[in-house]
Amino acid sequence: MKYFALDNTGKGVLEMERRVYMDHAATTYIKQEVMEEMMPYFTEKFGNPSSVHSFGREARKAVDMARDRTAKALNASGDEIYFTGGGSESDNWAIKGIAQANKHKGNHIITSSIEHHAVLYTCQYLEKMGFEVTYLPVDQYGLVNPDDVKRAITDKTILISIMFANNEIGTIQPVKEIGQIAKEHGVYFHTDAVQAAGHLPIDVKDMNIDLLSLSAHKFYGPKGVGALYIRKGVRVHPLMHGGAQERNRRAGTENLPGIVGLGKAIELAYENLEDSSRKLTAMRDRLISGIMERIDNVRLNGHPTKRLPGNANLSFEYIEGESLLLSLDMKGIAASSGSACTSGSLDPSHVLLAIGLTHEIAHGSLRLTLGDDNTDQDIDYVLEVLPDIVQRLRNMSPLFVQHKGEKYYV
Amino acid sequence: MYSEKVMDHFMNPRNVGEIENPDGVGQVGNAKCGDIMKIYLKIEDNRIVDIKFKTFGCGAAIATSSMATELVKGKTIEEALALTNKAVADALDGLPPVKMHCSILAEEAIKAAIEDYRSKQLVSSK
Repeated sequence: MKYFALDNTGKGVLEMERRVYMDHAATTYIKQEVMEEMMPYFTEKFGNPSSVHSFGREARKAVDMARDRTAKALNASGDEIYFTGGGSESDNWAIKGIAQANKHKGNHIITSSIEHHAVLYTCQYLEKMGFEVTYLPVDQYGLVNPDDVKRAITDKTILISIMFANNEIGTIQPVKEIGQIAKEHGVYFHTDAVQAAGHLPIDVKDMNIDLLSLSAHKFYGPKGVGALYIRKGVRVHPLMHGGAQERNRRAGTENLPGIVGLGKAIELAYENLEDSSRKLTAMRDRLISGIMERIDNVRLNGHPTKRLPGNANLSFEYIEGESLLLSLDMKGIAASSGSACTSGSLDPSHVLLAIGLTHEIAHGSLRLTLGDDNTDQDIDYVLEVLPDIVQRLRNMSPLFVQHKGEKYYV
Repeated sequence: MYSEKVMDHFMNPRNVGEIENPDGVGQVGNAKCGDIMKIYLKIEDNRIVDIKFKTFGCGAAIATSSMATELVKGKTIEEALALTNKAVADALDGLPPVKMHCSILAEEAIKAAIEDYRSKQLVSSK
């Protein structure tokens, strides 16, 4: 799809490919203000925060400021924030760190069946090391039932790890209730808030969260940097051994520009939270209802209202997700799918199966995740091109014919 | 990740559709795995005079179906049976390793359609 636009001199016209990015749950661009704060820390303010001299002190000051900004966003204190290499590291650290440090108390961990692989595979690894893990089911919307959490607790339970909001279907969990249950039973509560941080209000005190993972590139910060909030007094073993960085708990020279970027990005995100959230929710709902009005045999995955502001996840019957993504990509639209063909395995998304979708419906899923750069015109454009794409693929599908001509399909 | 030829056959697939009163029909794969290919054949004097397909699947599944039908159209049954999945993949300038199973499915779908044709011949000659 080509369109014409004024070039930056305002004179000529440029032929441009129209590109619409709707994969913000995968990653976001870095906002200009964030980039500007990071820049000096690549060049003139390059010091090692552990150094005694002025270069080091200047760097240390920047890390401390980022730590305070992160703490403020979560209603934590600065000395409860530990910078990491990203969301996966934070999840690994929280779970393995709690397991190792508390194995004298018990060997049981409770999590859900729809967690990110950074949590699920870490739990599976711990099972091989002798830990026992309960994977709680979810309902048709992807919600964990707090009563199930309560019932799963035994005298051996040391950790509950339930995500704040799901990366695929956007469902927001009853975090506060789960935190309350964990507190009442004296069990640590970790939440993977990689999709929630910067997008939903978070108060670790009010929600009784003991550990929380976040990642900068999901809220317009840089890739390769994240944080783990660890409530004061929580016993956690380190994942990285070495130098005395991060109060002896996470070795390795700090990713200085990354940390500065994370701090600025999370501050910006929470300054603009209400505006951004209202705008995204309105666009999301128009996108979802627009698709459902224009196309038959579509279902919305995830909860209709308890969902991330920018997340739309739909399944289109009779077609497969990867061919949908390729077709959208040809029109300049970037999206994602829970189809097996996009994951390199034979099974479709574990999240879509956990909410009760059949394999064939799960294969036909499409995730569109909106961000601050999206406009109403972007929504119009998707609504304009998607029906034809779906129809073209359905016309090619043997399942669609069987549906039209006979009583049921395979 | 896909070659230009794969994208061409995905965006402009050849021989899509169905044949009324086909001489042979073959269906392989299943919706659970995310791939179903259905091939329709019209055969005259031991030669494939027309072939159509319908596919539920990823870009590679649609492109291999399209290419496989192109490769056997106009060929004798024996020539069509000699089609290998590698020949289909090569004709598309290769497939990513995780997508090679799609080419196998295409080969199997054509063989299944010919098998169906042959079993019908057997019944009608009895």
